Amino acid sequence: MSNLGFQQFPEYQVPGVQQADFSPYESNGGSIVAIAGDDFVVIAADTRLSSGYNIHSRDQSKLFKLSDQTVLGSTGCWADTLSLTGLLKVRMQGYEHTHLRTMATDAVAQMLSITMYNRRFFPYYVSNILAGIDKDGKGVVYSYDPIGHCERAFYRAGGTAGTLLQPVLDNQIGHKNINLSSSELPKLTIERAVAIASDTFISAAERDIYTGDSVLINIITKDGIEEKKLQLRLD
Amino acid sequence: MDLDIARDLPRPGFNFDNCKRNATLLKGGFKPPTTTKTGTTIVGIIFKDGVILGADTRATEGPIVSDKNCAKIHYLAKNIYCCGAGTAADTEMTTDLISSQLELHRLGTEREVRVVAANVMLKQMLFRYQGHISAALVLGGVDKTGPHIYSIHPHGSADKLPYATMGSGSLAAMSVFESRWRPDMSEEEGKKLVRDAIASGVFNDLGSGSNIDLCVIRKGSVEYLRNYELANKKGERKLDYRFKKGATPVLHTSVRDLIVNESVTVVPMETS
Amino acid sequence: MSILAYNGGCVVAMRGKDCVAIATDHRFGVQAQTISTDFKKVFHIAPRMFLGLTGLQTDILTVRDRLMFRKNLYETRENREMAPKPFSAMLSSFLYEHRFGPYFIEPVVAGLDPHTLKPFICNMDLIGCPNEPVDFVVAGTCAEQLYGMCETLWRPDLEPDQLFEVIAQSMMNAFDRDAMSGWGATVYIIEKDKITERSLKTRMD
Repeated sequence: MSNLGFQQFPEYQVPGVQQADFSPYESNGGSIVAIAGDDFVVIAADTRLSSGYNIHSRDQSKLFKLSDQTVLGSTGCWADTLSLTGLLKVRMQGYEHTHLRTMATDAVAQMLSITMYNRRFFPYYVSNILAGIDKDGKGVVYSYDPIGHCERAFYRAGGTAGTLLQPVLDNQIGHKNINLSSSELPKLTIERAVAIASDTFISAAERDIYTGDSVLINIITKDGIEEKKLQLRLD
Repeated sequence: MDLDIARDLPRPGFNFDNCKRNATLLKGGFKPPTTTKTGTTIVGIIFKDGVILGADTRATEGPIVSDKNCAKIHYLAKNIYCCGAGTAADTEMTTDLISSQLELHRLGTEREVRVVAANVMLKQMLFRYQGHISAALVLGGVDKTGPHIYSIHPHGSADKLPYATMGSGSLAAMSVFESRWRPDMSEEEGKKLVRDAIASGVFNDLGSGSNIDLCVIRKGSVEYLRNYELANKKGERKLDYRFKKGATPVLHTSVRDLIVNESVTVVPMETS
Repeated sequence: MSILAYNGGCVVAMRGKDCVAIATDHRFGVQAQTISTDFKKVFHIAPRMFLGLTGLQTDILTVRDRLMFRKNLYETRENREMAPKPFSAMLSSFLYEHRFGPYFIEPVVAGLDPHTLKPFICNMDLIGCPNEPVDFVVAGTCAEQLYGMCETLWRPDLEPDQLFEVIAQSMMNAFDRDAMSGWGATVYIIEKDKITERSLKTRMD
């Protein structure tokens, strides 16, 4: 804020006056991992809600079911997550009433981007990952930055342990830096995607203090959403 | 005057050669680097026959765990141990330094050192450095005057207490002590109480974690219970992440043999 | 940006069954600009011991030289090889000496004890707080990525060949997600009878 503040106008500075910074954001921690396959997508998030060194909740789902084909994972400032997902729900319902059908995953992805960019200069402080089945029945993952930049991918890790987990996904899902022919590489099945997602969270809980307690896994296929839960370290 | 032979030997004590350079670098807009901290829950209580110290085993660098099983109960003397919280290097080095001074003190006086001596040495050292050595300590031991617990703050103030807690989990641990500590507890009760205090720090404070260490000091005997309880175990991985041999692309390989094979052949001397 | 990230680079060391591995990237840069791609941050300082230093390059070289001086003095005086454990203790007290004006480095030590041949790995923060875990140690600008990789791939009692694959994969995938490290990598596997050095084929961007 120094470029806007009184520092540039020293003649207005009054000695002894304390200036308080406006810092409305808080990081409440948590991590998300999403992996898309040919006809499914797996999205997982831990259930710890924290601030500073305190745990607020050990059982807070960070996955928001937006439709039968779309789930949003959202971490960062929890107040912003709630406000953003609330707004999304309203818009999704509005769409359903005007167009008499549920919003497709790609449309939700675009809307989320616009909704976030609307707050370009006072952004929602959240790390979003959207997982769903697209129009062609394929699994798809969209990841966002806090001001609405949207990127389509096949796998993505986000949140406080995002930096720890993204290279694991590069290696195990993207088979990066592996010098083997494609026939020698394991195929990405639902079981493998779920196993990798849970293993990455086991690793994250070891090293990231904001990730832990338990992990919720949503498996989205054309038939609907299946939920799984796995216990993590509690410390 | 330095002897010529000792010219290049480093002088003892802190070295301030880099201070000016570092200050200039940091003025250029670089953030100062983070050091390893022990977020930490450390505690100590007095029970019927002595004292019990307790600590968790997590060391952190910001939000990342840098050591999952570090030892925070440090040896000072045969009858005195000390738990450390704060900057990990500071607690380690401060206790090591005082430990050696106490040993010299013991040899000089030919008596078992008293806990109060350790307390005075620690707090005088910390006060001298005006809080720049950020070590928060729980000191405990038994000497001829009985069991003692001291809690020493980084600026050099100290309290003599029947039960003490320090570190980021100190409030969680203190709540256990405030509700359940009483004078003249048995050893079993005391160990249970300290375990519960550390466990409340481990589970409710994000800066503390992993395992629970205890140290029971009685008159004439010490029991250091490293990893008394493994409160948290790593989850079982579902997949086997074995790689096929040759999966990693290699440009070139060179092998250096460490076993040197020498053979001697006898060449007969020419005597003709 | 932290001063430790001024030149970029990373080092990782792992323990295996009767062996240890240490790996380094090759980048030397000044902030975002890459200056050279053949700066190895790992130094062979005794037959079975390696020292890895990450952080500010000027300090890497200074600390390396000062440590070698102290180590050589020790070996001349004692007339025996310095084992990794006393070397780490010396490094730790050297760094703590500069507690109030530190060298901006994060060291990693890996090696086998010359007598018992037991594996040893150790890392420290910049003021010399030692950490000797049973599994792996990391340092550098992509430490977080390395933690995630190693925590997933490492398991106990890795044989030298498997240890190489694990440490190489951990390193490569970690620094591919970090702009300040990469541009080639070297892995050293230290066994009781030999040292194997492998250069890896990595992305060069």
